[in-house]
Amino acid sequence: MSEILRCEFLTKQFGAIKALDNLSLSIQSGKIIGLLGPNGSGKTTLIKIINGLLQPTSGAVYIEGDTPGIITKPKVSYLPDVNYLNNWMTVEQIVDMFSDFYIDFRKELAFEMISRLGIDRKQKLKTLSKGNKEKVCLILVMSRNAKLYLLDEPIAGVDPATRDYIISTIINNYNPEASVLISTHLISDIESVLDEVIFIKNGSIVMHDTVDNIREQHNMSVDELFREVFKW
Amino acid sequence: MNWSLDKKRPICPQICEKLCVLIASGEISAGDRLMSVRDVALNAGVTPNTVQKSFEQLEQQGVIYSKRGSGWYVSDNVAIAKETLDRLIHTKTVNYLNDMQSLGLDKKEIISIIKELRYE
Repeated sequence: MSEILRCEFLTKQFGAIKALDNLSLSIQSGKIIGLLGPNGSGKTTLIKIINGLLQPTSGAVYIEGDTPGIITKPKVSYLPDVNYLNNWMTVEQIVDMFSDFYIDFRKELAFEMISRLGIDRKQKLKTLSKGNKEKVCLILVMSRNAKLYLLDEPIAGVDPATRDYIISTIINNYNPEASVLISTHLISDIESVLDEVIFIKNGSIVMHDTVDNIREQHNMSVDELFREVFKW
Repeated sequence: MNWSLDKKRPICPQICEKLCVLIASGEISAGDRLMSVRDVALNAGVTPNTVQKSFEQLEQQGVIYSKRGSGWYVSDNVAIAKETLDRLIHTKTVNYLNDMQSLGLDKKEIISIIKELRYE
């Protein structure tokens, strides 16, 4: 097990607003980690900084020792919280595009998952429902053989049965060399699949522990603890 | 196999218990090969790390053993798994009795209710 991600004293300021406040964090390989926090707590900002889409105001990020950039791009597979794919393309065309783009893309795996979810590969993206679009996006991201998967709200728009399928997709693609960071609000759906959880509030980490430790210490599920910690 | 897990309790001991029940009840016998870590993880909907940890704990207790490159096997000493099963039966019974007591029943009444009921 080695350190795959380290964030040191990250601060991100948008004008007067502090989205991240001196946040430090270390993630080992082979872990599935939940990034949990209320709306506006800085989850997406953190993920975008790790991915190199945003620059921190101060502090640093290291992915296997390198700062986000060309070297880290092949190691990081990122699922944004918004749909960014071309709507006029068919599922098949998008898979081909990803396959051209990423050397580590496993095309057969992608097609296999797509057909298992009953999605027609000749269908254009714009004719897919919101949930099906999300499924395609997640399949594309998980079909890469990356070191760090950053999933920003991957299960928000899909039905509970598909959620289970997506969770099993994440377990199935589990690789002891890789880690998965998932931001979500649907804690009770995914907490059993998480090794660790990070609670983030106002841009700072308030808790970083394993699921079993949390349950043992607090005698409640992570979901219940979240409701307690972030009570209004 | 029903893996329904209690969300309030740590996952690892629950996986251990479930496997002990399978072994103690004879559904998996001594010398049998266990399902793989990944299969258990997928079926139970938990992370493979937790399953791995559970298997290692069971190995330490002598319930199962690993063969390099071939997987996990049930050890000959099924008694250890039986102990876990007995402990589970005990706690579940105590919990039930406490529940009934809080509903105002005494032991006699509880026993007569149990006698009236048949297995469904």
